[in-house]
Amino acid sequence: MNLYAIRAIYRFEMARAWRTLTQSIISPVLSTSLYFVVFGAAIGSRIPEVEGVSYGSFIVPGLMMLALLTQSIANASFGIFFPRFTGAIYEVLSAPVSYLEIVVAYVGAAATKSLVLGVIILITASLFVPLRIEHPLWMVLFLLLTTVTFSLLGFIIGIWADNFEKLQLVPMLVVTPLTFLGGTFYSISMLPPFWQTVTLFNPVVYLVSGFRWSFFGIADVEPALSLGMTLLFLGVCVAIVAWIFRTGYRLKP
Amino acid sequence: MVPTMTTMLSVSNLSKVYEGGFQALRNVNLDIRRGEIFALLGPNGAGKTTLISIICGLVNASSGKVTVGGHDIVGDYRAARGLIGLVPQELTTEAFETPIKAVAFTRGLFGKPPNPAHIEKVLRSLSLWDKRNNRILTLSGGMKRRLLIAKALSHEPRILFLDEPTAGVDVELRRDMWALVRGLQKDGVTVILTTHYIEEAEEMADRIGVINKGEIVLVEDKAELMHKLGKKQLTVHLHAPIAQVPPALAAYALELAPDGATLTYTYDAERKHPGIAELLGGLNAAGIAFKDVNTTQSSLEDIFVSLVKK
Repeated sequence: MNLYAIRAIYRFEMARAWRTLTQSIISPVLSTSLYFVVFGAAIGSRIPEVEGVSYGSFIVPGLMMLALLTQSIANASFGIFFPRFTGAIYEVLSAPVSYLEIVVAYVGAAATKSLVLGVIILITASLFVPLRIEHPLWMVLFLLLTTVTFSLLGFIIGIWADNFEKLQLVPMLVVTPLTFLGGTFYSISMLPPFWQTVTLFNPVVYLVSGFRWSFFGIADVEPALSLGMTLLFLGVCVAIVAWIFRTGYRLKP
Repeated sequence: MVPTMTTMLSVSNLSKVYEGGFQALRNVNLDIRRGEIFALLGPNGAGKTTLISIICGLVNASSGKVTVGGHDIVGDYRAARGLIGLVPQELTTEAFETPIKAVAFTRGLFGKPPNPAHIEKVLRSLSLWDKRNNRILTLSGGMKRRLLIAKALSHEPRILFLDEPTAGVDVELRRDMWALVRGLQKDGVTVILTTHYIEEAEEMADRIGVINKGEIVLVEDKAELMHKLGKKQLTVHLHAPIAQVPPALAAYALELAPDGATLTYTYDAERKHPGIAELLGGLNAAGIAFKDVNTTQSSLEDIFVSLVKK
């Protein structure tokens, strides 16, 4: 195991986060705070409680998920895309580093940044609305699984994309709609029956539902199913990354 | 070829066909000796960079085998790559980092524990120490080139690849690099450089390989090569122009300049009796007076051009 290499890449990526503090921390915290102000305080005060939880509190897990998903993808995809774009990736590819080590370093750094962000958002949220966490261990588990899974997804996007437009394509056109339609701002039981069924094909529903269950003990789908779907998604991402490295896709001609 | 103790790099039957069907390398065989400076010459698109990229792990080979220091580059890639330092052709650096961090980063990638003293030594030897805390994007092109070399030397490699190291580099820096390469050779580092500049190969290399259209067309000791392929030319400057070469001298295949004032005799430097005395005697006998003679030996450049044109 080339631990020095993992440390070098990890530190390099974390240093990049510090250099771009506005983009990586301040901006997502600000936008999440705006959601709290608009949906939680302004509109939320006119919305009745959802299953015994005030609307402002109800949306906290969903908003955290929204930030975690988008930031995990953004961090990880940019982290691997940029050296590919500049050509500096040659160094990593020519180093005595295994593919597993490369993934651990890049994805680990992206996931760390998202975790830090998640905690900051949680603290910020607690300033606006009352919060309780019924299953803290499960909450941490969902947090970890989600950041790692979506950092892997970001890594895949960063390898697949061959220009800046494609880098934005999946987050903009796929992830954002799925997140907004995944029960971030509502319980899917509020939807007409047909749309409730359609929603079950949206993987984000399971993430948000499981995460919300760890906070308030209320869920749209069984927590075990949420966990299972998250693990399945993680497995799919791991398989794709393994395939990328086995074939050298977009990395090694 | 059987790799011996003195073989640092061994390439056997290496071929590469890119996805589009372009064959970049055709059955390349090459052994590089430990501690030598080897220059790989070839025109653009000859396969120089592909060959280096396969050895360094940036490109997958289609077939064939490469060992570095006896380690297979696929099966034992950690040991093989750990010995290699690569200075790429393009100036590809992380713009926002500082040189000292960039060099330490590379050392880490190669699995070596931090060693600030070594990094200072490398940065000083490349005149980058004063700029160590500047952002890389503020460095000049020459400094960036030196930084790439510093990164390649950060983990104390035993074999260094320099892919077109002096392309677009000013004369002074080129001299510095040559001195650096010689210093590395003294420390036992094997150096492989690709270049367009024949004079660079002529100046630096112990051995020279010529690659053309994906094939190694020649590998030879530099001195041997220049000796073997070297043609000499004798130019005779005449007192008065002549209209044609006298038939008596036809055996020498002399070339008469268009103005009729000089005769050129091309002969093989290897020959014991190139017949110069006889030629000059023949000129006298034909009544052709001359005022000066001079000889020139063909350079590596001429040799190269003649090889690649074939």
